[in-house]
Amino acid sequence: MALFARTPVAPLEYSRKLWMRLWVGAVMVFLYAPLIVLMIFSFNDSKRNVVWRGFTTKYYEKALGNDQLVEALVNSLTIAALATLASLVLGTLAAVMLWRFRFPWKGAIDGTISLPIIVPEICLGVAFLMFFAAVGWPTDLVWPFNLGAITIAHITFCFPFVTMVVRSRLATFNREQEEAAKDLGASEGQVFRDVLIPHIKPALVAGALLSFTLSLDDFVITYFTSGPDTITFPVKVYSMVRFSVTPEVNAASTLLIILTVVLTFIALKAQGVKAIAETH
Amino acid sequence: MTETAKPIIQIQNVSKRFGKVTAVDNVSLDINAGEFFVLLGPSGCGKTTLLRMIAGFELPTEGRILIDGQDMAGIPPNKRPVNMVFQSYAVFPHMSVADNVAYGLKIAGVKGGEIRDRVAEALDLVKLGGFGERMPDQMSGGQRQRVALARSLVMRPKVLLLDEPLSALDAKLRAQMQFELSELQEKVGITFVTVTHDQDEALSMACRIGVINKGEVAQLATPSDLYEYPANRFVADFVGSVNIFEGKLTLDDPDKAAVDCPGLGKVYLNHGVTGPHGADVWIALRPEKIYLHVPGEGKAVKAAAQDAPDGYNFARGKIKGMSYLGDITLFEIELESGTRIRVSRPNLSRHDQEDFTWDDKVSMHWRADSPVVLLG
Repeated sequence: MALFARTPVAPLEYSRKLWMRLWVGAVMVFLYAPLIVLMIFSFNDSKRNVVWRGFTTKYYEKALGNDQLVEALVNSLTIAALATLASLVLGTLAAVMLWRFRFPWKGAIDGTISLPIIVPEICLGVAFLMFFAAVGWPTDLVWPFNLGAITIAHITFCFPFVTMVVRSRLATFNREQEEAAKDLGASEGQVFRDVLIPHIKPALVAGALLSFTLSLDDFVITYFTSGPDTITFPVKVYSMVRFSVTPEVNAASTLLIILTVVLTFIALKAQGVKAIAETH
Repeated sequence: MTETAKPIIQIQNVSKRFGKVTAVDNVSLDINAGEFFVLLGPSGCGKTTLLRMIAGFELPTEGRILIDGQDMAGIPPNKRPVNMVFQSYAVFPHMSVADNVAYGLKIAGVKGGEIRDRVAEALDLVKLGGFGERMPDQMSGGQRQRVALARSLVMRPKVLLLDEPLSALDAKLRAQMQFELSELQEKVGITFVTVTHDQDEALSMACRIGVINKGEVAQLATPSDLYEYPANRFVADFVGSVNIFEGKLTLDDPDKAAVDCPGLGKVYLNHGVTGPHGADVWIALRPEKIYLHVPGEGKAVKAAAQDAPDGYNFARGKIKGMSYLGDITLFEIELESGTRIRVSRPNLSRHDQEDFTWDDKVSMHWRADSPVVLLG
């Protein structure tokens, strides 16, 4: 009888309903099982990634000892950092401009600013390939200037995301705060620094996270814009996989996953999870 | 008027148009140094626009505004000697209470030690001493408003502007803040200019009230003058509750006047009205200035309180509605003419509300100095 003596499931207690639990479980499995398999097989003591043959960490040593792979990772991180910074500035300025001012062609600009998000990546990649060829972009520059083309391309599709999240945050801004600051003697610049930036800070963090991860794992556009001597992490992994899926690829991918999770965690911690939630 | 009654704000022929809409229409008024001035009007009457023009957030389409004798044309809000308390309080949510109050001083380049002293002093003034370290989201609406007040007062402005300062507070707190604001104003001696749509708020706090209607000044007067001597139907109706009847002026001597109101009866006044004989006028009669009694018993009451000739200032009717409000009971009475009149009666003893009930026939009379004759 003890089994039936439990409190009955209330109408809104979805977390206690069997069908809901099954559904959530299925979603979790489909979302995360591939990632977990990838991580597990990075420790597989086998050249081929099909059957488990015992635990080893030697593929991590191999991955970290692979100069080309490490170079690609450093390139990717550099590009992501630069693209994030530039996207934050550009995206925020665009958002503030569209929110704050009235000017000719505003509707057209408003409509086209998110075009880089909508246009299929492959088209954007081809477009960049042709653009950089047409302007004769130099391909023999020293590091980090050889990453210029890729960085520019990444900024193009990252900054609209920043604009979107900052705009949605700005929509909740109480204009009386801006007036109050001015009333207390603040100039336009001081209002921006002391009132507007603190208000949109959660959106800036969210936008930076989006930009960084989008840039870090972009393959298509990077593939078209990378020169002969510049290679990024996703492109390198792709070229490695073309020969065979070795645990080395798994190890490198696992490291990247851990890196992004840690970065996200730090950003969330620094900002307070609540503030991030507010932007959505 | 004393010598302090010099204008600190002069609004001269100011109009403001937003496209085709005229928000403020040729307003001229002076606000004196040290007074508590209230701009009162229904929503959309232009009172807030007027306040925002004083603060500098809107520019007049025509006319000019002088603060302390200086023309404010071309002077941006951050350079004006006025500060404003916003309707939403606009307390900066990411700054502590002390940082909020210190913000203006920091911008002005005041030194750290002086900032600390002045912030503490301002917080004490609004009874928030010791709250400096709190964040705004840890405070109630009333407390946030005090922060906004302190943040403005710490700047020692020549004029403090308040936009609907009490509208977001609950009734009890509002009543308390009305007193506190008046007290504060007396203590700091700064001119307060408040915008409100709430007549109780205006009557209880103001030295003078400017009633605004459709962008124009409908009347400029002290609270009691506004209530007892409204200048027109709009003011009579907007400030307090009133019965208004159309009539014709039949007698107009220096010491007495009479108005014949088809809806009410013959009205006698113990003072003259400067209106043309036979003119169309309106009679305004406040509900609390009408005495209610059982027909027949009226004689004694009448002898004691009435000062008009027989047949004047007297009406009969039937009670059609009653609402018991505790301190008073409100009656809606249908007169013999078919029009309705509102009468309020104080409940001086516990059983007073039992004196009358629905469909009772009643008599009414009022004193000869109670009705107000309105020409417009």
